[in-house]
Amino acid sequence: MFENILEKENKKVFLLGNEAIVRGALEAGVQFVSTYPGTPASEIGNSFYEIQNSNPPAGGKIKSFYFEFSVNEKVAIEAAGGASFSGLRSLVAMKNFGLNVASDFLLPLVYSGVKGGMVILSADDPSCHSSAQSEENTRAFASLAHIPILEPSTPQECKDFVKFAFDLSEKFQIPVMIRETTRVAHQSAPVKLSNIQYLKSNIQFIKDHKKFVTMPPRVLEMHQELLEKIEKIRDFSEISKLNSIFRSRTSAGSPTSRKLGIITSGVSYLYVMEALKELNLDIPVLKLGFFYPLPEEKIKKFINPPTGALKKVLIVEELEPYLENEVMRLAKEVNCKLKIVGKELIPEVGELKPEIVTSAIAKFTNKKHPTLNIQHPTSIPKRHPQLCPGCPYWFVFNGVKKATKDMDIIFGGDIGCYMLAGFSPHNIQDYLYCMGSSIGIAHGIKKAAPPDGGQKLITFIGDSTFFHSGIPALINTVFNKSNPLIIIMNNSTTAMTGHQPHPSAPAEPDGIEIESIVKACGVKNLRTIDPAKQEEFVKTIKEFLKKDEVSVIIARHPCIFVKKQKG
Amino acid sequence: MTNKKEFNIVIVGTGGQGLITLLQILAEAALIEGYDIKTSELHGLSQRGGSVEVHIRFGQEIFSPLVAQGRADLILALEIQESLKGIYFSNPKTFFLINKFFVPILGEKLLEESDILKELKKNSKNIVLIPAADICQKELGKNVVAGVYLLSYASHKKIIPLKPNSILKAMEKVVPKKYFALNKKTFELAKKYGKD
Repeated sequence: MFENILEKENKKVFLLGNEAIVRGALEAGVQFVSTYPGTPASEIGNSFYEIQNSNPPAGGKIKSFYFEFSVNEKVAIEAAGGASFSGLRSLVAMKNFGLNVASDFLLPLVYSGVKGGMVILSADDPSCHSSAQSEENTRAFASLAHIPILEPSTPQECKDFVKFAFDLSEKFQIPVMIRETTRVAHQSAPVKLSNIQYLKSNIQFIKDHKKFVTMPPRVLEMHQELLEKIEKIRDFSEISKLNSIFRSRTSAGSPTSRKLGIITSGVSYLYVMEALKELNLDIPVLKLGFFYPLPEEKIKKFINPPTGALKKVLIVEELEPYLENEVMRLAKEVNCKLKIVGKELIPEVGELKPEIVTSAIAKFTNKKHPTLNIQHPTSIPKRHPQLCPGCPYWFVFNGVKKATKDMDIIFGGDIGCYMLAGFSPHNIQDYLYCMGSSIGIAHGIKKAAPPDGGQKLITFIGDSTFFHSGIPALINTVFNKSNPLIIIMNNSTTAMTGHQPHPSAPAEPDGIEIESIVKACGVKNLRTIDPAKQEEFVKTIKEFLKKDEVSVIIARHPCIFVKKQKG
Repeated sequence: MTNKKEFNIVIVGTGGQGLITLLQILAEAALIEGYDIKTSELHGLSQRGGSVEVHIRFGQEIFSPLVAQGRADLILALEIQESLKGIYFSNPKTFFLINKFFVPILGEKLLEESDILKELKKNSKNIVLIPAADICQKELGKNVVAGVYLLSYASHKKIIPLKPNSILKAMEKVVPKKYFALNKKTFELAKKYGKD
């Protein structure tokens, strides 16, 4: 469905937040795009990939950008950084946990700054709709890395903010982050389009030791320069329309109270406006498009306007009270009597919903809000996601269960469709953390085992996850000698995030063989088996569980969607 | 939508029933009629046969992409057990349009139709159960279009304030070309049954 993304300028089309990000980048003349798929950011890479591979070429000249699925987010951001150093406008997209992987490069990158505009998109997932691991809040990177962060609320803003971010990035020679949340990334709405740009730039890496080498003592100067740069961007944030005061159109006609105010951003802003409409309240709302650097003077003026200081302000934000803490700090300077209400009415765990915000605003304003009389059913059956009918992982899990019947085995999980190992009817998942961690943890558990070998351990890791961050951990088990049984599930695609290619499963038949990598890592016990051949699969598991060194089974059977594409 | 400024729909069902396509058809139809629209959907692992719930709101000025608790005008349930999830969004005026179709849950006993209806009736009087999957299977040989059938039915019966013609136009835009004929037949079938 990328046709809408490429529609003509001035048209109003219906776009998903993530599709609007793509359109915004095209309107900004993006020249280099890299990503590692991760929901809720996946559709960004998918759309660029579809546009790049469309036949006949979509939109004629549209192929003016380079796109890649990188091996992981760290490599993706480094590649986008390199392209920017050479003068290209680059975009890199990932989900929140990907940013953790990328952060090793991110921090020095913000120190050095960029040349071509560079935008980093990170998508958070409050309530963990499509995330294991944690309810991570990317905003924390503002104080960790000093990276400017913008927070759009709607698809229209997704498009407009990306364009703005490219300009900001180039003007101040600094990477700029766009932070989405699930309800922004997967929200659709009509978007007014502008024209797609094709940039011609001088593409050259111009050597500049002072800029691109982050060695001390220069690195300390860079730190100082960064802090000064942020203050300049703050001046820009002070006058930016991205930070504006909005009012609700109510039938009342006059402000409910001159003593109250609300500060919010992102999707929370939409719930606030909906609540004010519903409660028929007119309270000024400061909507912050910049999370970092915050327009401090604007906030101070909002809580202490010439018409008289506010008495109470409500901060509506999802997850941690970062905004609330900042407002608290600023209020001490200009309005120390201000009552700041935030997390006492707004939950810190889980995403917000319109009814939560409405009820919080009703309490904040002492407005009566009729309670609903809903007769909730006593129980609603829980329908967990399931492996697709015909999925090769059925063979893998069944085989493993057959081979280990009545044995005390620890099962390690990793990130992919095979996380479903933890649900019925499989129930073979004893730990689950982050991408690639199944092997590293397995090594630690095995090293901690008593001299007789202790419990046996089997880990599952997908092909794309293996490339992403499993390889160093595998080398570690060989180098530091432990003996888990690792089952690499090679289904020839990155299945969970929407069937993207990966190094051993590219669109063209020139993939990198997983076998060769495992061998080169020094693994002696290695076999590639189609798990549909249950007898051989079960026999090999039993045999490998007895080994004193690490062993690897590559369970090779394509995802049913890969078969469909080829057939 | 004469005296109301907005219309809120929650569609519930299971992964693979085409909820997102229905959402896109509704959104395009609302766009044709000049409304402001917001939708919310979820992607990723939740789609693999799990419960799916998507929202669409249209009207003069729409902010939130999510329908608030108790504020749905229509709950469209593509699977009968999933209709219980709609109760959270319902009020006594909410219309429940339900596909009389069970997708079993592994390791769980199927709920009784009468028990489901009892729970729904505690909250709303406007409950319509239609064997859409059976009708589509019998008349068209395919039950995957049951959602399109219900949606078409809702527009012919004026349960949704969008003209049938807008729905058809939207379908033409959203549905892949090779499936459009089937979808159009489904639309006509719903019109015929709607009259009966």
